[in-house]
Amino acid sequence: MSFSSFSDFIHMGGHGLYVWISYATAFAVIVFNILMPMRLRKQFMVEQARQQRREEQNASHT
Amino acid sequence: MELSNNNTQFSLYGIFKTVLVRDLVVAFRHPSDLVNPLIFFMIVVTLFPLAVSPEKQFLAQAAPGVLWVAALLATLLSLDMLFQSDFQDGTLEQLLLSPQPLYIGILAKVMGHWLLSGLPLTLLSPLLAFMMFLPSEALPALMITLLLGTPVLSFIGAVGSALTVGLRKSGLLLSLLVLPLYIPVLIFSAGAVQAATIGLPIIGHVALLGAMLALALVLAPLAISAGLRISLGS
Amino acid sequence: MWTWFHRLGSPRWFYNISGRWLPWLSVAAAILIITGTVWALAFAPQDYQQGNSFRIIYIHVPSALLAQSCYMIMAVAGAIGLIWKMKLADMAAKSCASIGASFTLLALVTGAVWGKPTWGTWWVWDARLTSMLILFFLYLGIVALHSAISDRDQAAKATAVLALVGLVNIPIIKYSVEWWNTLHQPATFTLTEKPAMPAEMWVPLLIMVLGFYCFFTVVLIMRTRFEILVREWRTSWVKEILAKS
Repeated sequence: MSFSSFSDFIHMGGHGLYVWISYATAFAVIVFNILMPMRLRKQFMVEQARQQRREEQNASHT
Repeated sequence: MELSNNNTQFSLYGIFKTVLVRDLVVAFRHPSDLVNPLIFFMIVVTLFPLAVSPEKQFLAQAAPGVLWVAALLATLLSLDMLFQSDFQDGTLEQLLLSPQPLYIGILAKVMGHWLLSGLPLTLLSPLLAFMMFLPSEALPALMITLLLGTPVLSFIGAVGSALTVGLRKSGLLLSLLVLPLYIPVLIFSAGAVQAATIGLPIIGHVALLGAMLALALVLAPLAISAGLRISLGS
Repeated sequence: MWTWFHRLGSPRWFYNISGRWLPWLSVAAAILIITGTVWALAFAPQDYQQGNSFRIIYIHVPSALLAQSCYMIMAVAGAIGLIWKMKLADMAAKSCASIGASFTLLALVTGAVWGKPTWGTWWVWDARLTSMLILFFLYLGIVALHSAISDRDQAAKATAVLALVGLVNIPIIKYSVEWWNTLHQPATFTLTEKPAMPAEMWVPLLIMVLGFYCFFTVVLIMRTRFEILVREWRTSWVKEILAKS
């Protein structure tokens, strides 16, 4: 452990701002990369389900 | 045997000449296409003294970079005429379907583009160099780098042009694709002119530019023909 | 060997097998990244010159490495797609482009943030940062070209050619930028070149690099699986999967 207290850890010897900006950006990029394919997949699923319903409706009408 | 060998050789040279002459004739029928990049080059160079400072010392220092960036942008804008009109009137498809190797035809087209854009730019550059107070000992360096560098720009630009031919609003997209690839040429050329202004030897830069030209000459036509085949969907 | 190659080309086979790998890889990526982060932030010693701002290295270096290898993977996948007409390779190449762009951006942001305590400005025309910026432009060009072409196969082929041209150019760009940099500002000290880093510094770095690569594999698989669903939705096996969920 290279810090004696939690506030030291946040402060990072005066470089806290830079270190935390970097790690926050990294976190954001990682989360974005996970959520993006999930969202696309969900959208696609909804789209497909809607299309399925439409096709079934068409089939029942004719 | 020998006869047929000669024959193929003649046809390779023949297709090169045919494509090149055709491109030149077509270009000379629309002189504005020829002159517009040159006017653009002059205007861009004129903007710098107006935007920053007309001071002789500053301009002399900025001249290598400004002249090269302007020449690069002018080449970029002239890429439109490379494949677009040929695509529209069907000549490009003819070229792809012809039994002769596409490599030669593409070489001729790029060569034609350089003769109509890079070469005039090189010839015009001394005038602008004087207006930008480029030290006269750097003038040969400027012309040599333009002579060696603009064909590389034509080759790389032709790759981007081949990939975007037939797309709507391809102009801006083309510059997005091509400009990052122009950076090495820009760095070494402008660096050479800069070195020449302070009396350093430029042979190393020129050798590197020559190497880039050789590499582009060998590899770029392959990428261009692949790009054209993809864009025309054959 | 060739049967293996052909099986790899089958989207269905890949979809099934990758579904089995995905949980394991995700767990590995999570463990590695969390361990690496905690180690990097709290336990690694601070640098005698740069103090605690040195801890940015644990993000900057892995993302920069990943950004570069992602471009290489994209170009190679594109080439496989071009030469052997393997659809799966096309899909992987497409997925690589946006992932790579995001990690290039991360490397750029962390490099710039690191510049502030080190050099006193938010941006320095340092050789590494500049070539990262150019790499970012190359990625953006690929993404732009892909979105400009409406036909899916044509877009995949065109971006593959562009990626290959970029791959040939990257060493030249890197070399020229480094040369330009030494000419204009003799490097006093660069961000990441450290002589003989002690083990308690480089071990967490290694863990982070491994974690980032695992994470990249996970995301690449996720995206490629999605691409498979989109492209193969007419086939019966995809319809089955869609019906189940």
